[in-house]
Amino acid sequence: MTRVSFDVNGETHQLELDTRTTLLDALREHLHLTGTKKGCDHGQCGACTVIVDGRRINSCLTLAVMHHGDEITTIEGLGTPDGLHPLQAAFVEHDGYQCGYCTPGQICSAVGVLAEVKAGIPSHVTADLNAPLRLTNAELRERMSGNICRCGAYSNIAEAISEVAGRSA
Amino acid sequence: MRSFSYERATSPGAAAAAAAGTANAKFIAGGTNLLDLMKLEIETPAHLIDVNGLALDRIDETADGGLRIGALVRNTDLAADRRVRRDYAVLSRALLAGASGQLRNKATTAGNLLQRTRCPYFYDANLPCNKRKPGSGCAAIGGFSRQHAVIGASEACIATHPSDMAVAMRVLDVVVETVRPDGATRSIPIADLHRLPGDSPEIETTLQPGELITAVALPKPVGGTQAYRKVRDRASYAFALVSVAAIVQGDGTGRVALGGVAHKPWRVEAAESELPRGAKAVTARLLADAKPTKDNAYKLPLAERTLAAVLREARG
Repeated sequence: MTRVSFDVNGETHQLELDTRTTLLDALREHLHLTGTKKGCDHGQCGACTVIVDGRRINSCLTLAVMHHGDEITTIEGLGTPDGLHPLQAAFVEHDGYQCGYCTPGQICSAVGVLAEVKAGIPSHVTADLNAPLRLTNAELRERMSGNICRCGAYSNIAEAISEVAGRSA
Repeated sequence: MRSFSYERATSPGAAAAAAAGTANAKFIAGGTNLLDLMKLEIETPAHLIDVNGLALDRIDETADGGLRIGALVRNTDLAADRRVRRDYAVLSRALLAGASGQLRNKATTAGNLLQRTRCPYFYDANLPCNKRKPGSGCAAIGGFSRQHAVIGASEACIATHPSDMAVAMRVLDVVVETVRPDGATRSIPIADLHRLPGDSPEIETTLQPGELITAVALPKPVGGTQAYRKVRDRASYAFALVSVAAIVQGDGTGRVALGGVAHKPWRVEAAESELPRGAKAVTARLLADAKPTKDNAYKLPLAERTLAAVLREARG
């Protein structure tokens, strides 16, 4: 057992955990924040995506004890039922889901994508590494490739993110 | 996952000493490959040394005009670094061709170099694998070997090295800097870091027990048109079937390394003298000793065609 302390959605938590506990399991099983989903548990599906110190990561492929002092944001910290995050509202508006299981990961990942584009981080499909970025549909699809939607709501997800990206650009 | 003890390292030297002094210890940085393998009990360390707190996350200019990349620089940050994008585009391109955005945010420079093969038989603990369990045999030989090595393999192992970044680093001739458990440091040209499988495929690099990578040094910019072209089963988030890293100079000379074909990034400097004669001449020498299986023989013409496409693009 190892002690670890980190902030989740603005609240500090102190936990004593088996070293094997992933960040995903700490969030779900110990803090009961079940918005973050366990899909493949191997970093392939993106359902467990959360934002740590401003960056999107797969919470299933990192140990909770490795996050001492970190600031973590989960889907519960982005918005509330009465005050949706713009991406949450856009997913509702554009029907960016069917079963909804991948949605928290998709939205946290999209928050990360928008921050990465704002920071000028290029992608595999960026034509010119040294020119200003534009979030085209091709850019968006490449950047979201770490999030699988088994229902196949991709085109609506892309529309939801594009709308918010256009608004904040 | 097997249970393990955990410590946070306080200095590179202390981390190396702890790794050498503790039975079955491993370093953990990004963790994206190690934890995947620990969940499957393919990796079963008894002790993890977390190196994330070490100040190895900077990219600094070196006295000879190159860059020193700290071992903990994340793949996202290395790919996005302005100097890397401008002067070492092949490296940016290779990094961006690998994994997903979430993984690149975590994965480190040193960890990317040291990632394990994605051979499906290495991942399947029910089947023999000399890399996972030395002496047990190789289920890939005679198995489904579409993804496997076409050159430099052995009777013991036909796995490939999965990294894109390492292929670009091989074409750039980077030098890997390490610290050993006794505190001594050394520099290893990347050509000498990864091993061919031979009869000990479980030993993948020339690093000694406990030796910790602290940085990767890029030489001063070599110019030219730089490209990384990756062929895979889907357009994003998949490992290479074949990849080509190339630097082509205005006079037609250049450098080429291949990914997805061997147990290490595959480069034969002598083959590069054929570059002015085109892709067929280069790959004929680069892959002269290839011994493909019937499943992966397609990689030979694919490598030639991929290089041809890169050269066409580079020469406008």
